[in-house]
Amino acid sequence: MTAEDLKILKSDKVVDARGTACPGPLLAAKKAIGDVQTGQIMEILSADEGTKSDIPKWAKKQNFEYLGSIDEDGIYRLFIKK
Amino acid sequence: MSLEIEQQVKLLQEQLNQLQSKQAKDQISIIVFSGDLDKVLAAMIIATGARAMDMEVKMFFTFWGTAMLRDKNKPVNGKDFMSKMFGFMLPKGSTQLKLSKLNMGGMGTTMLKGLMKKKRVASLEEMVTTAAELGVEINICEMSMDLMGFKKSEMIDYPHLKYCGVGTYLSDADESRVQLFI
Repeated sequence: MTAEDLKILKSDKVVDARGTACPGPLLAAKKAIGDVQTGQIMEILSADEGTKSDIPKWAKKQNFEYLGSIDEDGIYRLFIKK
Repeated sequence: MSLEIEQQVKLLQEQLNQLQSKQAKDQISIIVFSGDLDKVLAAMIIATGARAMDMEVKMFFTFWGTAMLRDKNKPVNGKDFMSKMFGFMLPKGSTQLKLSKLNMGGMGTTMLKGLMKKKRVASLEEMVTTAAELGVEINICEMSMDLMGFKKSEMIDYPHLKYCGVGTYLSDADESRVQLFI
């Protein structure tokens, strides 16, 4: 998905992991995905650039669809479809 | 003829079962030999991260690594002279670990801990708590503990704590796809 598509995308759940460094965002995503139904969209907020590389790999392993990310002033918004 | 094929199929099935039973699991084995703060931190980050990736995690603490699993609030009695000496010289619990480099009499370690707080990196103590919640298994080498005179009664309360020998490590490592020695 392009950044424009992602900007108008409605997330079913938002995980705010801005307050943690590696592996915090990954752990937060793992914890939160349990509350998400199949087909729903989860958004992860992170201030750690490594998350941009980690989340797509995590999603692939868990068989979730990684939709893409948006950078907003050092905050990364990453989108996953369960 | 069909009997022959049947036999061959059976043989193949057996061989396949054998292969499947030998296949490594989605599991990581980590040996924590070091008792240095920086190295143990790396081990705990990998362990908790691996649980997030849904991998089974087996940690084996041996030699200097065992000292970080002591609980500084638990008193121990009945140690002989050498055990007392070792117990006194080695760190009692994770809060007393030092950096492997730039320790500078403890200044470096204090500075790093300050930096970690500032950069919102979880402390070693927080990571152990997270590991417990996530189901990271911690195995402690019985022989190392005995050598250093540590007693089970002075080890931390951790839900997935076991005492083992090298055989347990080898058998778990044999089933693990990823192995680390830290």
